[in-house]
Amino acid sequence: MDLTLKVWRQKNKEDKGGLVTYPVTGISEHASFLEMLDVLNEQIINKGEEPVAFDHDCREGICGMCSLYINGEAHGPDRKVTTCQLHMRMFKDGETVHIEPWRAKAMPVIKDLIVDRTSFERIQQAGGFISVNTSGNTQDANSLPIAKPMADKAMDAATCIGCAACVATCKNSSAMLFVAAKVAQYSYLPQGQVERKERVLNMVDQMDKEGFGNCTNTGACEVECPKGISLEFIARMNKEYLGASAASE
Amino acid sequence: MSKLDSKTPKGPIKDQWTKHKNEINLVNPANKRHIDIIVVGTGLAGGAAAASLAEMGYKVKAFAYQDSPRRAHSIAAQGGINAAKNYQNDGDSTYRLFYDTVKGGDYRARESNVYRLAEVSANIIDQCVAQGVPFAREYGGLLDNRSFGGVLVSRTFYAKGQTGQQLLLGAYSAMNRQIGKGKITMYNRHEMMDIVKVDGKARGIIARNMITGEIEKHSAHAVVIASGGYGNVFFLSTNAMGSNASAAWKIHKKGAYFANPCYTQIHPTCVPRAGDFQSKLTLMSESLRNDGRIWVPKNMEDVMAIREGRKKPTDLSEDKRDYYLERRYPAFGNLVPRDVASRAAKERCDAGYGVNATGEAVYLDFKAAINRYGNEKAHVLGIHNPNDAKILELGEGVIEEKYGNLFQMYEKIIDENPYKTPMMIYPAVHYTMGGIWCDYNLMTTIPGCYAAGEANFSDHGANRLGASALMQGLADGYFVLPYTIGDYLADDIRTGPIPTDSPEFNAAAKEVTDQLEKLINIKGTKSVDSFHKRLGEVMWNKVGMSRNAQGLTEAMDEIKQIREEFWKDVRVPGGMNELNPELEKATRVADFLELGELFAKDALAREESCGGHFREESVELDGEQKGEAKRNDKDFAYVAAWEYKGNPREAVMHKEELEFNDIELKQRSYK
Repeated sequence: MDLTLKVWRQKNKEDKGGLVTYPVTGISEHASFLEMLDVLNEQIINKGEEPVAFDHDCREGICGMCSLYINGEAHGPDRKVTTCQLHMRMFKDGETVHIEPWRAKAMPVIKDLIVDRTSFERIQQAGGFISVNTSGNTQDANSLPIAKPMADKAMDAATCIGCAACVATCKNSSAMLFVAAKVAQYSYLPQGQVERKERVLNMVDQMDKEGFGNCTNTGACEVECPKGISLEFIARMNKEYLGASAASE
Repeated sequence: MSKLDSKTPKGPIKDQWTKHKNEINLVNPANKRHIDIIVVGTGLAGGAAAASLAEMGYKVKAFAYQDSPRRAHSIAAQGGINAAKNYQNDGDSTYRLFYDTVKGGDYRARESNVYRLAEVSANIIDQCVAQGVPFAREYGGLLDNRSFGGVLVSRTFYAKGQTGQQLLLGAYSAMNRQIGKGKITMYNRHEMMDIVKVDGKARGIIARNMITGEIEKHSAHAVVIASGGYGNVFFLSTNAMGSNASAAWKIHKKGAYFANPCYTQIHPTCVPRAGDFQSKLTLMSESLRNDGRIWVPKNMEDVMAIREGRKKPTDLSEDKRDYYLERRYPAFGNLVPRDVASRAAKERCDAGYGVNATGEAVYLDFKAAINRYGNEKAHVLGIHNPNDAKILELGEGVIEEKYGNLFQMYEKIIDENPYKTPMMIYPAVHYTMGGIWCDYNLMTTIPGCYAAGEANFSDHGANRLGASALMQGLADGYFVLPYTIGDYLADDIRTGPIPTDSPEFNAAAKEVTDQLEKLINIKGTKSVDSFHKRLGEVMWNKVGMSRNAQGLTEAMDEIKQIREEFWKDVRVPGGMNELNPELEKATRVADFLELGELFAKDALAREESCGGHFREESVELDGEQKGEAKRNDKDFAYVAAWEYKGNPREAVMHKEELEFNDIELKQRSYK
């Protein structure tokens, strides 16, 4: 199939950037979206120009490195997939496809389609852990039974890949779904109870400092999330936050 | 040829690790604060090591080429992690896990290391649960287990089909706690370009800031390389696009021996290649072979009809199908180890029976399992005489619970519904058992330089069993390295900070800058990828699942030829002092083009078949095992550790003889 691509090109953080039009031809419908971009880049290199920079790594939907706002949707038109798992059969021959980076104040563009997501790192560093040192002598794993429904809930929350599609798709650029997934995971588990209050307060505090917006319950994040992280976790985090705030000194 | 000292402790194998820990030197807490350790790579081994070392009080600098430690490729491991917990009361023990791992590795691993791995495996599960890793549980609230290929017990712990992700997020959370405390300094989007040696010891690295292009000098008292495997030397593999061998290869060129590079795991169940645009291959978990039956059509007419779209696989009746694994290996059937299953698929496809357009695909069929589960479920639900539609519905439900995410992934890639029509699969490069040689302490032949996880060669011999990679990465990172590194660093408590303005650092930085400039200034006509693809083709065709002396000799010459062309004609657009993905790829491919030649040289020197290394000249000629791989313990029960001598062809082999005191060497049979 043949496509017209309108790709965001931006030399560096300071550059203003803009859309550049590239035609691509002879793309297989079985190719993934990123393989289509590989073909484009090969064409660009052969012309002696600089290829389009984009983030990607595992190409099987788990590392969370790939991003892209495709025709106005985070990770493109398919549901519950990352851009690397999006296939060209989702597009029509002759179609014009707009490709842009994630856009949020807390995630500035580094180059072309690559953005800086280190704000997510700092939120995790503020409390996304259980304070346990490595030791050969923690208690036996089975001395702590956890009810299966709770363990399954924790797993559902822990499935988040930290790609930031939720932020990109939110009209408020809110990171609530991402933060809620981590807060919720630990809140369901007995291991997470000791630091439960500080964790949610510290992580939300850091999220606000980074300049992410607030949640207004639109629910777009849940729709675009490649891992189907539920909006319920945001409700869970709000409850945790309220409880912790009321109880804090 | 010198003899390598593995520094394995003396005494009975079951006491070695405890005794060793009691006898090695320790660094007191006040002194740890003045000692720097660099960790390159933040997957399971590197992430676990960085967190544990920082908790102990060392000052850690960790490096990742991605924008977060959480994105290391350990995250993609699906199936599970082994541990000798014996929670299922099926007779598992440290010894059994040790035995299975040595046997599965076709008797080419170091006994003492494998025993230690089995010994600490149970601690890993305890540690991960304490961190909040959400392992799968039974209704009583206790941990669930499943079984994996090649063993007779259920010892695999798992978190849906995302075990690697959850374990890595556990290590990542431990790292985050230390980053927040300032004990780990994290360098994201940084790539190690070289190691720096001062007075023969590893004293730091040269790294490139991948956003600004700045060449940075980082010093430390010890350097840990946990940068993963080198499967991407084949271009197409299940590795991540950025997975590379450069850190390992750079230390090899500075004195670290590279062991058994030819030991590569070709995983039997991957999504087949679709066309020339293909950038990577996707794994379908080995757990699928518990329920899927593998077949190709018996008759060539049916093969052609399927390829041309005139027939569907579901049109073929049972008697027209060749369940070749069940036919050849009645005892183990579809659950033979990975190396055996892969070669059998290749054999059928080479004979012309491949079922897709490229001729490189076999079927993995769940129909029988869906039927079986459907009937069982109907019985549980008290439905008597269920009709076929009901059985199908119930059976598909059970399969979805077990493998839903994998089936969905397959459907997204291939655009076919694997509940209704068999999956197509083909072997793909997945894991490299070979790697940097290290002693019992995980130290390489460069003093102060350590190798952990897939980057080292140590525990899997010639073939890795399923669910053992996660175990080894975390064992090295949480429970081995943090102890053994102190033994070396105890001598460094008076050294003080290592200056980075020394001639050694300056020379290494200049060498790196010169190489980058050279790459940019070639201004040739062909892209980096085009060379990488050519290398991959040679590797796959001549150094892949089946190897012979002629092919390997040709491969060495062809790789050398491609390398020479690369350095004359590669085109690397953009500059050095900016984010430049093509330049990053170019440095990695330059190293693969050297490693590939050593890989072929090692495969040529090992004139036996063992594990993932199959030499056509070394097969059983008669008897029940006719045509199967033939190992040669008399001449090849050693580790081949290669010393760099200016170029890969001139590398010199050092042997570490493998001694088996606790396990009897046997020919593997799965008939």
